[in-house]
Amino acid sequence: MSNIVEEIDQVVIKFAGDSGDGMQLTGTQFSNTAAFIGNDLATFPDFPAEIRAPQGTVAGVSGFKIQFGSNRIFSPGDEADVLIAMNPAALLANIDWIRDGGTIIVDSDNFKIKDFDKAGYTTNPLEDGTLAGYNVVEAPITKLTKDSVKDCDIENKFRSRSKNMFALGIVYWLFSRPLSITEDYLDAKFGKVPEIAKANKLALKAGYNYALTVELLPSSYKVKAATLPKGKYRSIMGNEATAWGLMAAAERAKLDIFLGTYPITPASDILHELSKYKNFNIVTLQAEDEIAGICSSIGASFAGSLAVTSTSGPGLALKGEAIGLAMMTELPIVIIDVQRGGPSTGLPTKTEQSDLLQAVYGRNGESPVIVIAASTPSNCFDYAYKAAKLAVEHMTPVILLTDGFIANGAEPWKIKSVAEMEEIVPAMAKEGDKNWNPYTRAEDKLNRTWAIPGTKGLEHRIGVLEKQAVTGNVSYDPNNHEEMVKVRAEKVARVANFIPDVEVNGNEDADLLVVGWGGTYGGLHTAVSAMQEQGKSVAHAHFNYINPLPKNTATVFAKYKKIVVCELNNGQFIKLLQSELPEFNYLQYNKIQGLPFSKSQLVDEFNNILEA
Amino acid sequence: MEHLVEDKLTFRDFETDQDVRWCPGCGDYAILKAVQKVMPEIGKEKEDIVFISGIGCSSRFPYYMNTYGFHTIHGRAPAFATGVKLSNPNLSVWQVTGDGDALAIGGNHYIHVLRRNIDINILLFNNEIYGLTKGQFSPTSQTGIKTKSSPQGTVDRSFNPGKLALGAEANFFARVIDIDPKRMAEVMIEAENHKGTSLVEILQNCIIFNDKVFADVTAKDVKLDRQLWLTHGEPMIFGKEKNKGLVLNGFNLEIVTIGENGITDADILVHDAHCENNTLHNMLINMSAPEFPVAFGVIRQVAADSFDDNVWKQIEGEKDNAKINSVDELMNSGVTWEID
Repeated sequence: MSNIVEEIDQVVIKFAGDSGDGMQLTGTQFSNTAAFIGNDLATFPDFPAEIRAPQGTVAGVSGFKIQFGSNRIFSPGDEADVLIAMNPAALLANIDWIRDGGTIIVDSDNFKIKDFDKAGYTTNPLEDGTLAGYNVVEAPITKLTKDSVKDCDIENKFRSRSKNMFALGIVYWLFSRPLSITEDYLDAKFGKVPEIAKANKLALKAGYNYALTVELLPSSYKVKAATLPKGKYRSIMGNEATAWGLMAAAERAKLDIFLGTYPITPASDILHELSKYKNFNIVTLQAEDEIAGICSSIGASFAGSLAVTSTSGPGLALKGEAIGLAMMTELPIVIIDVQRGGPSTGLPTKTEQSDLLQAVYGRNGESPVIVIAASTPSNCFDYAYKAAKLAVEHMTPVILLTDGFIANGAEPWKIKSVAEMEEIVPAMAKEGDKNWNPYTRAEDKLNRTWAIPGTKGLEHRIGVLEKQAVTGNVSYDPNNHEEMVKVRAEKVARVANFIPDVEVNGNEDADLLVVGWGGTYGGLHTAVSAMQEQGKSVAHAHFNYINPLPKNTATVFAKYKKIVVCELNNGQFIKLLQSELPEFNYLQYNKIQGLPFSKSQLVDEFNNILEA
Repeated sequence: MEHLVEDKLTFRDFETDQDVRWCPGCGDYAILKAVQKVMPEIGKEKEDIVFISGIGCSSRFPYYMNTYGFHTIHGRAPAFATGVKLSNPNLSVWQVTGDGDALAIGGNHYIHVLRRNIDINILLFNNEIYGLTKGQFSPTSQTGIKTKSSPQGTVDRSFNPGKLALGAEANFFARVIDIDPKRMAEVMIEAENHKGTSLVEILQNCIIFNDKVFADVTAKDVKLDRQLWLTHGEPMIFGKEKNKGLVLNGFNLEIVTIGENGITDADILVHDAHCENNTLHNMLINMSAPEFPVAFGVIRQVAADSFDDNVWKQIEGEKDNAKINSVDELMNSGVTWEID
């Protein structure tokens, strides 16, 4: 029996199986346990759009990647050190992304002719040399799972269901993890069906013991806790963080949340999360369509709620006219776009950054709104909070861009305190306000004030037609229209006075500045940091504020000889920069595969630029 | 939450300083006047009343009401009204819409607002034409109508707003006509008093693009024979001589004359607006001239829970069971760990 324990700094694991095999749950459990132990980590769930794609085919493979370590971890990593493949399709889909010499654990019960044939292999990959150079563990997972639960009082069809827990048990042994977090989870999840909880726990334990006993694995590994800043931590996913950030903002602003929305991948979890907390006076309306979602929210904003709508690219397109109305009536609303692969329905479960220009420009007429972007799963909290603050203080719609990658990704998060968050002071008009007019503007922010129905003496009418300055009455006056268009643009431009500068990771005199925005932060940071450690002259500026841009943007760009704008689209932020700051030359690097950047690709690209 | 109005308001309190810009002779003027007269009667302060509209001639309405008002985008007024009412259930929310706004571009929201039964009042100005875009046919235009977009006459079938509403499970449906302001006002008060979505279809004459479209029902010489004004609990009697009535013949309505063929008052159907089964309501809504009189008044009024009440009851109920009551508690819930 092997009892060698090696210590390593960071590991990438990929769990892959059929979309019904429970790989997302398995990955999430591994993440929660790793987080609890104190590792830093980043996760990347990757699943098909179909709920149950054809079994055993590559199209139906659901994967979950996690990188964890004793160092700071900023991305889910590129090549996996360990692959758990529950069938041949899962192996085929991932084999190009396993590091040479990596460990591949397969369920050997699923490698019969019909299985590898369905996946698209002509010969058995376990026998034909395909896996030469890897450390392959062939474990009869299905059979051993059935054996382990033979004493459980459950239906026969459930006997092999716990094979994901058996596989998780193997991986827990491999990385010296305790089973208790997952055992507690199973008890809570299946509290009403204790036999199912028992079967899952038995399978988990059996997998662990199997790995401990058989001599298939040369050694197990220990990944020590990371040295994160002191404090109390929890694990958080991007969409969950977005919902909580809004809740924190509502608490600080003393407003009630109204979410009007329509289910859409990958944004629906925001609706699910907020729907759990009705006791916070949160109203969630699952509307009849995307348009009704935002329109009901704008109605609630008119009536004094913290109005929110959540969507993804196709839904943002449908909401365009209503965003224009909110912009023109200068009502606050937070519009969350969890971006996914487009155009049209596109790649609903894959990540992309291709809604940036739609968010900034995609409406009829002159319709500027604030656009900001979160860049990690946990800072979705901060930017949702900030979006709400900017909306109710500046009286304008704010579009918050996240994406499928950070929305579904999880990471450890140092728990915050609501009392220590930035103050939020909604621009409320009050009963008795002297000389109040609907479109009287504040001097600094140029915002109008928010007079909500029920406030005596402030009865007024607003609407879709051009407004007369100050009174808000309908006006077709040519000069007034020009003035109003310009003042609405200036109002959004002045938000630059209320947002932080963009920061640079690296030297001011570096040869290359890598520019990114939104959810690519982890990938770009990892690549740039690795190059800096090798002494390469490269720096990284990452943008969370898109419209308006931070005030120091031009000052930062002026310091660098070369600037490369990296995006998961065909070049959108670069177009914005070329139009806003045309005095600089921009190079671009784009990836449009529905996948995040990989470190090796970025490093190669940046080295090429440096050497050019 | 209703409270006493201190100084009695009058219709003048509900006028704004904006010029009313409908065409001279438009039926909308009479509707505006009726609504302004109704407002002091509904037991709400001005600041607790909100008028919401979409796009179209009718949708300019909020600019002329000295209450809170929101002129929104085409077809979506039910969604805005839903947000306003859910955000503050104390408000009296009125949606003003037309046949194009409600039934064409806004058809989806129309059926869903009725399905949910949120407590708002919808005034649907039906003139069977598009006025603001200058004279195209609408979903309620009669088949064959010649308009700018149908110079050869339409081949579109039309639908009936009331039947569509009942198909969407509406609990309150009334029909009035712009030239009868007194009855219009009475019905509006009933609409406000009804808990749930109250839909009032107002047959409204467009003097420019569809003038006299309802003349076969409203002309002085025919109106008594072609209008059946329904009152809950009263027999369905109409006609110049007040001697015509409705009876059921098999599955169909039939007009009979009291005093002929042994028919007496007792044979005439009695209007039951509160009947849950909407079969007869549908048949009444479906009647059209000249074969039948057109039904007016409150045709259907069935009590049911309103959506806004149920939403807030659920919220209040959750407060009794909630384990997590602040965002700090939420962030510290579940699995957490200390790093020191």
